[in-house]
This record gives sequence, C-alpha cells and structure tokens, in this order.
Amino acid sequence: MIKSELVQIVAARNPHLYHRDVENIVNAVLDEITDALAAGNRVELRGFGAFSVKNRPSRSGRNPRTGDSVFVEEKWVPFFKTGKELRERLNPGADDEDDE
Amino acid sequence: MSGKTVTRADLAESVFRKVGLSRTESAELVETVIDEICNAIVRGESVKLSSFATFQVRDKNERIGRNPKTGEEVPISPRRVMTFKASNVLKQRVLKAHLSRKAKQKPQSPAA
Repeated sequence: MIKSELVQIVAARNPHLYHRDVENIVNAVLDEITDALAAGNRVELRGFGAFSVKNRPSRSGRNPRTGDSVFVEEKWVPFFKTGKELRERLNPGADDEDDE
Repeated sequence: MSGKTVTRADLAESVFRKVGLSRTESAELVETVIDEICNAIVRGESVKLSSFATFQVRDKNERIGRNPKTGEEVPISPRRVMTFKASNVLKQRVLKAHLSRKAKQKPQSPAA
C-alpha cells in the first residue's frame, strides 16, 4: 500500500469529505510525527507503536576497501517499536513472552 | 533530550488546525488513518509512505533461543515481525534538527 492508496481507502470510508481534504489529513498526521521526531520528542500511538529518536555516538569506523580508519560523526536516527496489540495481531494465537 | 510525548490527541489537534474539520471528526480521522495502516500491515502488505517511511512484514523461521537467566534452551516459534525503515527525507530532517540544536546549545570547546 502506498500513500495514495491509503488516501483512497480513508476517502472511501468518509464519502462526505473531499479527496483533497483526506490527502491533507494523511499529510498532517505524517508531518506531525516528523516534526515531533525532529524536535526530539517521542510519538506514542497505542495499538500501533511508538516512534522515537535514537542517538548513535560517534565512533571510529573503517573504510572497508582500504582499511583506513575514519571518524564517524555522532548521529540521531528515527526508530519505531511495534506496539503490543499490533504484534499480537501479526501472530494470532502465539503468546507474547518477550515483553518488558 | 527526550521532551514530551506526542499522542493521538496531538495528531488530531494538528488535523483540526490544518484541515478545519471539527475536533471530534479530526480525532476519528486520525484513528481511521492509523487503523488502515495497521490493517494493511496485518494483511501482510508493505506500507510505503513516501518521504516518511516504509513498514514491512517479515516472516521469521523457528530458531533456538536461550533463557539468559537459566541458560535453558527454548525454541522460538516462527513469527511475523514488522520492520520500520525511515525514508531519507525523514532521516535527514531528524539529523539536521538535532545537529543544529546541539550546535546552538554548546559551542564546543576547541579542545581535542
């Protein structure tokens, strides 16, 4: 499923809305999550999962071709942890033991 | 570094501000959007949201795990897991925002 298909499905469930409005709704949701992560915040959506930003400290890496040691700058990467409910829906019947 | 936690209510507020539906309807639509993403994932579809991220379902085979406390071997049953891959746009946004915040916070001492 791509974004335009998501818009179509949501639009079909809300026939009173303009297609353009549904597009704006989907974009507003994704933009809000993006802005939150950029601000260093966490986004928690029960039933789906949680978005957060992980810090990767600087390290010295190696150029695999030459073997030269290179400094790798510290970075921040978006991270997502699947929620319990979604994990259970993906594996119906299996009991989830690996919980914190 | 970790500030507030954004929830459905904040997403609904953003839809309310940007699209101009009622608060109630904005909240319902946020729910529908999340629901339909989840449904597609559960159907086993990959969900590609351009300039945001890709969610993909992967099948894991059975493997032997170990209880780290007792050392006892236990089979880990085959399962489906979801993987999240952030788009380059999202990664760049997050990285740049954090780097510029860091630069503002601490003009690093010229040591080292």
